[in-house]
Amino acid sequence: MRDILSSVRQRLRRVARATRTSGDAGHGGEDGTEANGDDPALDDGAVVTDGGTTAGSDGFVDRLNDRFGDDFTESAPFWLPPFLLVGLFVYGAIAWNFVISLTDYQGFIGPDYSDLDFEMYVRAINDSAVIDATVNTFLLVVAFTAVALGFGLLLAILIDRNIRFENTFRTIYLLPMSLSFVVTAQFWLWMYNYNNGVVNIVLGTVGIGPISWIGNSSIVLWAVVFALVWQFSGYTMVVYLAGLRAIPTEHYEAARVDGASTLKMYWRVILPQLKGSTISAAIVLMVFALKAFDFLYSLVSGYRPPNGADILATKMVREAYSTNNWAYASAIAIILFLMALSIIGPYLYYEYKQGNL
Amino acid sequence: MSDARHDESDPTDSAGGTDGLADRLRDDLAGLDGYRVALYATILTMTVFFLTPIESGLVTAFKTNPEGISSTLPFAPPPPQFFTLEKWQTAMAALGRGMVNSALYAVPATILSALLGSFAAYGLTQADWRARYKAPVLTMLVAGIFIPYQAVLVPLSQFWGAMPLQELLTPLWVLGVPEAYTGLVELTITHVAYGIPICMVLFRSYYRNVSEEMIEAARLDGATFRRVYRRIVFPISTPMFAVVLIYQFTQIWNDLLFALILVSTESSPAAPVVLILAGLGESMEGQDFALRMAGAFIAALPTLIVYIMFGEEFAEGVAT
Repeated sequence: MRDILSSVRQRLRRVARATRTSGDAGHGGEDGTEANGDDPALDDGAVVTDGGTTAGSDGFVDRLNDRFGDDFTESAPFWLPPFLLVGLFVYGAIAWNFVISLTDYQGFIGPDYSDLDFEMYVRAINDSAVIDATVNTFLLVVAFTAVALGFGLLLAILIDRNIRFENTFRTIYLLPMSLSFVVTAQFWLWMYNYNNGVVNIVLGTVGIGPISWIGNSSIVLWAVVFALVWQFSGYTMVVYLAGLRAIPTEHYEAARVDGASTLKMYWRVILPQLKGSTISAAIVLMVFALKAFDFLYSLVSGYRPPNGADILATKMVREAYSTNNWAYASAIAIILFLMALSIIGPYLYYEYKQGNL
Repeated sequence: MSDARHDESDPTDSAGGTDGLADRLRDDLAGLDGYRVALYATILTMTVFFLTPIESGLVTAFKTNPEGISSTLPFAPPPPQFFTLEKWQTAMAALGRGMVNSALYAVPATILSALLGSFAAYGLTQADWRARYKAPVLTMLVAGIFIPYQAVLVPLSQFWGAMPLQELLTPLWVLGVPEAYTGLVELTITHVAYGIPICMVLFRSYYRNVSEEMIEAARLDGATFRRVYRRIVFPISTPMFAVVLIYQFTQIWNDLLFALILVSTESSPAAPVVLILAGLGESMEGQDFALRMAGAFIAALPTLIVYIMFGEEFAEGVAT
């Protein structure tokens, strides 16, 4: 049904366009002028050549439109410049980064592109610091995502229970997310302070500690995870809240009529319907976790994070900008990119299958 | 339904000390079931959890270093003998220049990336071209959101190192602008490029729900694609522009990585505020936490103001 409609629309549009063109014929003549005349500032090269070369019938623009769809050339000025910019800065840069990772580029003399090999990757695999950073990255991403999801879901359910001042509480829970990693790092550095920090003073009242949260290499990663959970569970809460609100009230009522307890109702009826929210929130959280570089840098005001909290992101930047091992840093960056891709690839495929792309 | 009625007996109403209140409190509590009490207790505990780091930072910023900090509880307000505004003055003197620099690139980058994101979303939703070709373009733009920026850093430095931007901007230097401000132009363009994907996705979710009939009718009347954008789509995008501008501004203002790579030193005249803050309190007289906290609040001020004024839009931006 939709297919028929859209083909009817296309035909109608063609008629409309033909009428317009024939009306223009007195002034200009060719098919191409219409596209040219309308937006001279936004035209790309292809359209301009067309106006000159093809007079009369089937122009280059029409052939492009026949191949790619009706609005292809007319909409190009809108999507093409942003697409080219992103293409250059994201995909061009990643490709370039890969090539650099194959060179031996280091120090201040530019890269030599004539001698390419995978030496840097071999070095990375045998570097225990890279292995540690990979393990830490993995732990950070998994622990942070899991805890932030669980905690955010709890917050969303609490907020969704018909409470008073719902908006105020929601605003407070989401507040840390509006802050920079640099700012929250200052707050948590103070929270974790050995002598005067809130965490040690509160724990001191129940006879624990004081604990050196940042200085102890086996705890620091979890301290960072805790701070990140504080900053981002508000985000998961908002996503889950939108998901909860989308569930029809009848589902709750049906569960009630069946005599299910509140806990059972959430577990059996509500949770399964939040699958979409969970997946998209998890993806975004993982991306935030990979960006934890800003937080770790600010904790120490330098490239070397506290012992035990080195992740691939910090290791990469340190190799590049502190010791100028550019090629090696690029190789680490590619490893990080592949880790991200292994998460995003399936996600985008899933979204595509769901018809969201 | 009974839940809704219980709402009327809110614990904050009954938080009082006198005898009359105590009676009312007892009545209220009788009306409350244990479940409701536990619910509100949990919600208030969470509120304390989320506010403590911020509150502790705020009170600390008004204390003298080291006496005030070490002899008071971290979350207690400063007693008169340890109260000082000096840290705010010092922090403002150190960060003031950074605030201006941050605004100089965050504002244009926010507007440009929102505009380009809106263009891209319009060209990829309302335009009629084959999904077979549209899907890869769309996928590449969407995937751009999730790229770890480390994967583009080295080429980015190389690229900006090779670009003759400094020569192109000669008129500015003649006018007396420090040459280090090249870094801010680089930051603007970089943030625009990496901001487009998320802006595109936000606008796209909005444009998909725009009534097709209206646009179709305009097209059939012979309006060009560009005219439809100017006359119909752009004006009705205003609410979404609010969401995107707020979200993008917060992201760009808060970002440290690109500032660190492209401006590199906090002593540069073009250093953004986050870059200066990252080194504040460390370099001066050891770990001065009072100064750090004051600095953190000053650096966060623009995003805090935006968040408090437009909390709803911010929530919408992150939820999409």
